Amino acid sequence: MATRQTKALARAMMAPSIIVLFVWMIVPLVLTLWFSFQRYNLNYPERSGFVWFRNYYFFLTDPAFLQAIGNTLILVVGVLVITVVGGILLALLLDQPIWGQGIVRLLVIAPFFVMPTVSALVWKNMMMHPQYGIFAWISKTLGLPTVAWLTDYPLASVIIITAWEWLPFAALILLTALQSLDEDQKEASEMDGANFVNRFIYIILPHLARAITVVILIETIFLLSVFAEIYVTTQGGPGYSSTNLPFLVYVQALLNYDVGGASAGGMVAVVLANIVAIFLIRIVGRNLDA
Amino acid sequence: MGSIQLQHVNKSFGTHAVIPDASLEIKDGEFVVFVGPSGCGKSTLLRLIAGLEDTTSGQILLDGQDMTAAAPAKRQLAMVFQSYALYPHMTVAQNIGFPLKMAGMDKAAIDAKVKEAAGVLNLTSYLDRRPRNLSGGQRQRVAIGRAIVREPKAFLFDEPLSNLDAALRVNMRLEISELHHQLKTTMVYVTHDQVEAMTMADRIVVLNAGNIEQFGTPMELYRTPANRFVAGFIGSPKMNFVDGAEAAKHGAFAIGVRPEHMAVNKDSGLWRGTVGVAEHLGSDTFLHVNVDGLGLMTVRAEGEKQLHHGDVVWLTPDPSRIYRFDKDGQALAAA
Ligand SMILES: Nc1ncnc2c1ncn2[C@@H]1O[C@H](COP(=O)(O)OP(=O)(O)OP(=O)(O)O)[C@@H](O)[C@H]1O
Ligand SMILES: [Mg+2]
Repeated sequence: MATRQTKALARAMMAPSIIVLFVWMIVPLVLTLWFSFQRYNLNYPERSGFVWFRNYYFFLTDPAFLQAIGNTLILVVGVLVITVVGGILLALLLDQPIWGQGIVRLLVIAPFFVMPTVSALVWKNMMMHPQYGIFAWISKTLGLPTVAWLTDYPLASVIIITAWEWLPFAALILLTALQSLDEDQKEASEMDGANFVNRFIYIILPHLARAITVVILIETIFLLSVFAEIYVTTQGGPGYSSTNLPFLVYVQALLNYDVGGASAGGMVAVVLANIVAIFLIRIVGRNLDA
Repeated sequence: MGSIQLQHVNKSFGTHAVIPDASLEIKDGEFVVFVGPSGCGKSTLLRLIAGLEDTTSGQILLDGQDMTAAAPAKRQLAMVFQSYALYPHMTVAQNIGFPLKMAGMDKAAIDAKVKEAAGVLNLTSYLDRRPRNLSGGQRQRVAIGRAIVREPKAFLFDEPLSNLDAALRVNMRLEISELHHQLKTTMVYVTHDQVEAMTMADRIVVLNAGNIEQFGTPMELYRTPANRFVAGFIGSPKMNFVDGAEAAKHGAFAIGVRPEHMAVNKDSGLWRGTVGVAEHLGSDTFLHVNVDGLGLMTVRAEGEKQLHHGDVVWLTPDPSRIYRFDKDGQALAAA
């Protein structure tokens, strides 16, 4: 993108896809916006018409709303922390020359190919089940009281399941970044007297900064809209203790048949997602240019 | 202090012995150059000294102490890589100061040392830049700066100039030589460019397929090459070799004559030939002469000499400058 000509050319070439993407996004958005100002409940089709901000008022003052926002943030941040830290450790491990490297790598990546509903089911029935789960078996073998994960720690359980799904993604991206680190640089730092910890802090981590940024950005987009894991395991409960924003919108729309309210919730979710996105791009996106 | 001794060092990758058996003694303060064709094991030998590769057998002594098993950092050697290996996310100052920071030196002392090194290397105005905003020559100087701040026992250079253009290469060559005179620290320098080797070295190690063919001063290698490989490798353009009956006349399996040790005459001489390509460099002219019965030979003539493609010339080697080799390529004593 050095000259004005290449810039103009680039714009012209990108225009079609950008226009399609824009239309693709704007039509549903405008429709949702329209519905969010309507009284529109499938249970009461006769009551309709403009209600302006009434739907928003009800959604935002619903005590579940604040809790859902809190849960959404805890979920996103929790999974990000686990996957980024765990991903770095896994990547460092996978980068070591070990026997059967190919198979180990394949195994590590496998969870990413399991669809969310299936992995949530597996976790619910095979790992966390208070009677038949492996966790219960482990604690029983050790003589400890069994934990009913999904009822006692619902949000933590959802975080664990989601993190398990996203860990391979993070590890994979970070591993490729790790492998692109110049061998000479590692050797130079070794000659400069850096031990493993210093090498990690001063050479490896800065080198991974960009990859970590990518992981955080991509994961955040998907983690803000986690749904299947909650639907299959806790149904947002007990109470609203594991309900995030998308699940709350679902409850509004499909359990309460309140299309207007759900649309208002959807709009709130969009606004919040954008706020998060702006912050993210400000904070971590700086790593991407250069 | 920085003497380096290799005693019967062997390095094998799997079953492939890259360095079969190398013994070498580098004195404190010497500038030693490793030369040899690509893939002959120069880098491997240097990395063995640095500790970046483990020896398969044999000892490496630094200042008389056995350092064969010591970690690179423990050896107090500094290395300049062909790729420079600068840390891209650090500024020039941070790059140069990194080894000091790792040594636990305090910030003020690091700053002072970095400034001093930057002064020596003309980098003072670039201290806040990142490596990617520097030219190749400047990057090279940063890499050298990072090496000199540590005040190592010896510097190891692995083809440091091969990524630079010709003019810059000549410049940096002088700068590194100058640096050696200032610091008087042992330097081991790897290159495949024999001009670099001849101009910079106190002593040269000629390597071929992992074997040390000869170790001596540039003039020793030029005047008394130990074997045919060294004779052909040192000197530019290459020495001309003749074998068969012509060599037998001198009681050898093969004889060698350097291009600069032959006289060119249009009328008479020992060997008759036809001029092929003539390279006019101004000061010299290199003639590639197709000698009847002996093949292609390179001859140096004065720059002004007007000889062209197809001219018939006579070549006469200087009898006192004919090198004789036996069947195994070993040099025979002068006749
Ligand atoms: N890690 C390794 N595993 C196996 N073989 C290796 C390894 N490193 C080097 N070699 C082999 O050792 C030989 C010498 O390599 P080395 O890099 O020392 O050559 P060099 O003289 O530095 O060549 P160049 O001038 O091209 O840099 C080569 O044949 C190379 O293939
Ligand atoms: Mg090399």
